[in-house]
Amino acid sequence: MTLQHYLVISAILFTFGIFAVLTRRNAISILMGIELILNSCNLNFAAFSRFMTPPEDISGQIIAIFGIVLAAAEAAVFLAIILAIYREFGSIRPDEVDTLKG
Amino acid sequence: MEFALKNFIFYGFALMTVASALLVVTVRNIVHAAFSLMVTLFGIAGLYVFLQADFLAATQVIVYVGGILVLILFGVMMTSGRLEMRIHIERGQLLLGGVVSLALLTLLLTVIANTPAWKNLTDDGTEFPPTTKRIGELILDGPFLLPFEVVSVLLLVALIGAALISRKEVRE
Repeated sequence: MTLQHYLVISAILFTFGIFAVLTRRNAISILMGIELILNSCNLNFAAFSRFMTPPEDISGQIIAIFGIVLAAAEAAVFLAIILAIYREFGSIRPDEVDTLKG
Repeated sequence: MEFALKNFIFYGFALMTVASALLVVTVRNIVHAAFSLMVTLFGIAGLYVFLQADFLAATQVIVYVGGILVLILFGVMMTSGRLEMRIHIERGQLLLGGVVSLALLTLLLTVIANTPAWKNLTDDGTEFPPTTKRIGELILDGPFLLPFEVVSVLLLVALIGAALISRKEVRE
């Protein structure tokens, strides 16, 4: 296994996440895409920490742990906003929630 | 022999991750998408094990699979009627999104293949000591103490904010 194996897996996950964010019309599917993007990011941190720094330096893993914490906080707030939007509009399709549009 | 088995397991995890991620973004039923996301997250935890990041792998399973995925499933159940379980996709949007993501993937793969500093870095199979103790020392008694405290405040803010946003408004 080389560093490039991990980078390629991570690039594919990132692209799938972007694809989901661009094409899905349901806020929760978009959240799943964002989670894929964050995961690819964390995988990159861990891979670079493994291959490009000396073995005793594990800063990259700690950054990845902070990334997981941020993803958890983001998911909680995201779902709270989705629930509020659903109560207000009765739908969570992002293109239907356009009250600010003139 | 042992090396071949290791390679086999690695490619198994990689295939599992990528294939289930593809299902997450293509399958039409949102509950099925959520369960494929679970398989993806488990696959990434397996890849962390291959990177000798044992604590990270455990955290991935506990926080993502145990926390975020359950949250997503709750979100699905509370916002979708039977009709909204299926995800609508417009054809033009699908085409445009596909082209943009394909271009992005090509760009990323070109960069990965052509960066000299990233070439020939092979996993030689040396075993590292467990990381949990060192992570604890670095976070609580080292350079990551300040980020740790900031993150704990951020979690508190997210907790209060989520509770405030999602509660029912009481009008007098």
